[in-house]
Order: sequence, then structure tokens, then C-alpha cells
Amino acid sequence: MNDGASVTDKGRNDPGLSTAELEHAFHDMLLIRRFEEKAGQLYGMGLIGGFCHLYIGQEAVVVGVQLALKQGDKIITSYRDHGQMLAAGMDPRGVMAELTGRATGYSHGKGGSMHMFSREKNFYGGHGIVGAQVALGIGLAFANKYRGTDEVSIAYFGEGASNQGQVYESFNLAALHKLPCVFVIENNRYGMGTSVERASASKELWRNGEPWGIPGKQIDGMDVSAVNTATKEAVAYCRAGKGPYLLEMSTYRYRGHSMSDPAKYRARTEVDEIRQKRDPIDHVRNELLAAGIEEEKLKKIETDVKAVVADASQFAETSPEPDPSELYTDVLVEA
Amino acid sequence: MAVQILMPALSPTMTDGKLVRWLKKEGDAVSPGDVIAEIETDKATMEVEAVDDGVIGKILVPEGTENVTVNTPIAILTEEGETVPETAASATPAEPAKSGPAKVAPEATTAPAVPEKSVSESEKDWGETEEVTVREALRDAMALEMRRDQDVFLLGEEVAQYQGAYKISQGLLDEFGEKRVLDMPITEHGFTGMAVGAALTGLKPIVEFMTMNFSMQAIDHIINSAAKTLYMSGGQMGCPIVFRGPNGPAARVGAQHSQCYGSWYAHVPGLKVVAPWSAADAKGLLRAAIRDPNPVIFLENEILYGQKFSCPVDDDFILPIGKAKIERQGEDVTLVGFSISVGTALAAADLLAEEGINAEVINLRSLRPLDIETIVGSVKKTSRLVTVEEGWPFAGIGAEIVMQVIEHAFDWLDAPPVRVAGIDVPMPFAANLEKLALPQPDWVVNAVRKLV
Repeated sequence: MNDGASVTDKGRNDPGLSTAELEHAFHDMLLIRRFEEKAGQLYGMGLIGGFCHLYIGQEAVVVGVQLALKQGDKIITSYRDHGQMLAAGMDPRGVMAELTGRATGYSHGKGGSMHMFSREKNFYGGHGIVGAQVALGIGLAFANKYRGTDEVSIAYFGEGASNQGQVYESFNLAALHKLPCVFVIENNRYGMGTSVERASASKELWRNGEPWGIPGKQIDGMDVSAVNTATKEAVAYCRAGKGPYLLEMSTYRYRGHSMSDPAKYRARTEVDEIRQKRDPIDHVRNELLAAGIEEEKLKKIETDVKAVVADASQFAETSPEPDPSELYTDVLVEA
Repeated sequence: MAVQILMPALSPTMTDGKLVRWLKKEGDAVSPGDVIAEIETDKATMEVEAVDDGVIGKILVPEGTENVTVNTPIAILTEEGETVPETAASATPAEPAKSGPAKVAPEATTAPAVPEKSVSESEKDWGETEEVTVREALRDAMALEMRRDQDVFLLGEEVAQYQGAYKISQGLLDEFGEKRVLDMPITEHGFTGMAVGAALTGLKPIVEFMTMNFSMQAIDHIINSAAKTLYMSGGQMGCPIVFRGPNGPAARVGAQHSQCYGSWYAHVPGLKVVAPWSAADAKGLLRAAIRDPNPVIFLENEILYGQKFSCPVDDDFILPIGKAKIERQGEDVTLVGFSISVGTALAAADLLAEEGINAEVINLRSLRPLDIETIVGSVKKTSRLVTVEEGWPFAGIGAEIVMQVIEHAFDWLDAPPVRVAGIDVPMPFAANLEKLALPQPDWVVNAVRKLV
């Protein structure tokens, strides 16, 4: 029997993150929030076009997961990808410049908000087709195993994607070949405008891997320590060669699905209540204050983050657009 | 310092909107994320959030105002204790953001120039040959490349223990073991995605589809994940992978198992598409496909698997992707085919020779990139063109070739080019109907007779 038979206790009894790690988490989560707010602003000014899916509200998930990884572990996600990139240590300037479609962006302006990659940071995108990153993600895990490393892969997907057929094909393949892949469902409750209750007959997504013997846990995705504790356990399981692991992170997105989402499918009171009671950044701030960190130190982090985001924004606004010759390059690798 | 809060665009098409109401008044303190106003867009009512800390110093656009242009300052945000500077307080639209692509005249309206080149550039002589089947040639190509490069592995349905549904992978499991020859469950979408993911890390998978018909289950990963990632990543992340399997009609297998994917995949930038005819094509091109750093679609043909051809024995034998082969020289008409249609064209050429018509037969070998140079060179000599394929005519490979020949050699043509293609119907099962649906040598002969 797998150890996913019961819902986790949120990891509160685990020693969890050290104060230094919590500070790091606070910094990264705040960076993502401020970065995304700025992205929303730049979108409003017409500097970012097309699709732009903001990560605001879900910051504890990627930051908690990232703190459980080591060099060489691989990450892949959907189009709501800015948080993953910043958590993985990608340069905010390069990310923001890609959002504005500039030559200095990670993809030289040819990818946009949904399509960025970094070999250096083991970030494999940025994928726009819902669920595709899950099959690709087990491929990253396959490569880890093929090369004989103990590296793991993290495949992030939303609760909406969790209904895609290829997700279950991937569960089967990963379990069959014992691939070191942690499936992380970011359950933010809405697949675009459709609530999880209206989309998924399975009510306990963390149990969706059970037919294949994939252990699963449901985690409070607004609590970075809980996310981290659970991910450490999942990653250790994968590194030990036992196969894949499934984590369902209960989280929430404050903003619309994309920028042009009027959000009529949920009440403002629902958003406000979660913001007030479960905000992941407030949560980690309170933990730090309780641990004796001074308010001034947190203020300093806030100021630093603000400067980084302002710099990224400035960089993204002033960088040149790609040269017209870029239109024709990178279609094929020239042998 | 005071900053302007601008009327935001909340959809790509929005140019103006109505400021429905203010949720903050002058003098109120705000923090990032606070809802300060509601605006009505072309879609619905939406909220405007503050993005900075500060105090609403002045509201410039009163609530209820309609047709507020995007980027118009709607309020001034000041720091605690700061007064609103006079210059900031006017509600005129800011300079629109420059975000459109630089205006360049499109170059695609004119056809790329085809360098003048002699047609008779002969293929490298690889010396001694032996008679082998296409099946053996494919197996040998994979074995040679797997010996050469540890990153190459084969996966697919029945490729390992069963030794291949069409026995292409015979013996590979024994030599390379189950780490590198992997049986897959019947889940094309999943295992293709997995293989593409592995290729993004630099491994070099060979994905065998039991038939290319089943690749439709996985076509999203082939096109969206494999073909486009290099471009979307600004050249950072390539995808060295081969998708191979029998393509096109086989014999009596009905509509869902009898289809040519040549034009489907050749349509896609970021893919290479190869379609061998002979055993030498199969061996030389599959080795090149495996070594290619790009995703390559390798279209085989079930009927050809058992046919024998002479094939170089040299261990280094390899063929370049993108180069057609003139299988038969002639002066009167150019016949262009790929895969099994090369055989149809050659048979037609024999029949035509009896009538005193010398046909030149081009084996395309590669559909993308297309060796238009060789085709154009031949048409400039013969002035007549017939394309032959088993796929459907509409938007087919023949259509593309004819168009490119018109672009590059219109003045050399003495007659309108003709397409010979499979009949525009799903493949029937009955033996007589199936035969009627597929190009026969006499179809080609009749087409040529109309031209000369």
C-alpha cells in the first residue's frame, strides 16, 4: 500500500525550514509577487501583449519545492511559468525582457510569457498546451535515469490539466519504468473559469496516481514550510529509485486566468478572504517575526526586491526589439 | 515621487473603456494588490489594482467617465505627505507604448533564388555493394548508430521482445539490452512526449510508430513540443529525435491504416521529413536522421520492407538529408516521386521508353528540405513535369513541387505540370477498389502522353 492513503498533517511537526531558509523563501516569494504585479502593470500599459498568466497567490508552491531540490534537478511547467523561473534563479531582467518581447529576453523575444527555457538553471519551459509538460516531464526523468544520475524532475501542472489523458499515460509510464519524477499538481481551484468541482469527478487529486501505485499527498500550498517538507520527502523517494510521487498543492490564484479574465466565476469575497487569511507571504512573514527576525530586516528585503523588479522593468522597457533577421534563425540547428 | 496611475488595457484588443467607479478616494493609502477602481472593458467589468505603495493624491478621471483611452492617467499616486505636482495632473493620454514589431518589408512574397547548378552532380561512390532488404537496411542503420553513440536508444510498441511489429528492430534487444531498446505500452501520446522530453536534455531517441497513422495520437508533441522548442527558446534547446515507421497505404488494411503523412509533416518549419525508397536510401538516410540535431520524421513503407536493393557495405556509408537522387536520366519529361512512388515512376519510365519517350526519374529522398535545385535543373532540361505520390492530391507534395517549379522555371515549361496522386477518398478495403485508388504506372504513362 502506498503511503498516500491519508492526507498529510501539513508537515507542521517537521523541523521544516531554518530561519535562514525562511528568509530566503520570503525574499523569493516577494520577488515573484512584485515581479508579477509589475508584469500586470506593464501589460496594462501595452508593453506586454498577448497572453500573460500571473502567479500571484501561488508563490509558496514553487519556492517551497525549489528549496527541496539540488543542482541538476530539472523543472518543467505550463504557461503560468514566471514563478518557476524566478524560483529557479533565472534572471528577472531576462524574464521581464522576454515578456516585453525584446532581444535581451531569454528567448530573444521569440518565446514570450509562456515559452522560456534555461539549460543553465535546468528549466525546461514554459509549455502552452495544457498537460503536455507532464509527458515531457517524465522524459526529463527518463533522461536522469538513463544517464544513471540521482537527479529528479519536477513536473508542475494545474488541477485543470490533471484531467488530460496524457497525464494518466504519463503516470503509467513513470510508474512502469520507476522514473524519478515528482508530479506537482498546483490546485488553484479554477481551470480558467471552471471550478475543479465542475471539471473533475475525482475530488481527491492527490489520489489520482493510486491505480499505478504512485504515492500521493495533499499539502497546504499556501504554507511554504509544508510544501518544502512534503517535497523533500517526495524527492527522497524518487532519488532512492522507488519511482514517481504525486503532490497536490492546495493553492489559489488571486488574479484572473490571464489578463483578460473578468473573473465572474467567483465572488470577490472568496478572493478577499483567502488573501486576508491564507496569504502565503503573510504566512512566512509571521513565521519570521515569530522566530525573532526584526521588522527592519524584512523591510530591507522588501526594498531590495522592489529595486530588483524596478531594474528588471526598466531593462525590459528599454532593451531593443529583436533584429528582423531573428525572424529566420533558430528554426533548425545547422549541423 | 508622484507617479501616474494609467488606464490599463486588460485585453489585447481594448483601446478604451469606462471608469465605472473608484473604490479609493483622494487621501486614501494604498498597497500593492489593493483594488482601487473598477473599469468596464469591451468584455466585462474588471478591477484595477494598485502596484505601488502610496496615497491617492488626486483623481484625474471621475467615476462614470466613458471612453477613457488606454494609458490615460486616471490618478496620481503620491508618497506619504507629498503634494501633487501641477505638471503631473492632466488627463491626457501618455505616449502609446511601442511594442509592435519593427516594420520590415516582408521578403516572402518573392521566391528564394535557386542557384544555377549542374544537375549531373553525381553521388559519392561508396564502392562494393550487397543485396539487402529495406528491413535489414533500417535495422543495420540503427545498430550502427547505437554502437556509435550511447545516447541513441529505440522505443516503441513491440520493438524489443517481439522484435518489431514489422521485424525492423530484430536483434537489437539482444545486442543493446532493455535499457536502450524499450517496449512501450500502447500510449503514443504519452511515450512520444516522454521521448521528446528526453531529447530536450540531449539524448537521441528513435521513436518507432507501429504505423505513422498512430503518430496522429502524438502529433501535438511532434509539432508543438519537438519542432517548435528550438525557436521558442531562442536557439537554446534543440530536440535531436527521430520519429519513424511505415507510412502510406499498405495492402488491404482499410482507411484508418492507409494514409500518407508526407505533406502533413512537410508543412511544419522545425521538422525535417525524409522518405526513403531503396535499401541504400533507408540505411544512409536513417543514419543521417539519427545524427541530425533536429527532429526528423522518417517515413518508411511497409510494402518496401521486404524488397531487395543493392546497398553499399562500407561501414561509413551515409546519405545527406535534403539531396534528391536522379534514378534514371532522360530528356523528354521529368517524373518526381518519393518512397514507393519512385518505383511507380521507374516502371512508367520503362513503359514510356518502349514508346520512345525518355523520362528522367527523380527520387526526392527528402521532402523537407526539398531539393528544388535538382527538380528545377531537370525541368529546365525536359520542359515537362509529372509528380507521383500515393497521398491525396489536395495540398499534397505534388502541389508544392509544381508551385515551386512554376516559381523557378515557368519559362522553361512547355506544358502544364501534372499531378498523379492517390484518389481523393478514404482508402477502401476491397482489393479492386484499393487498386483503383492508388497511382499505377499506366496513370503516369497517360499523364505523360498528354504532355508530349
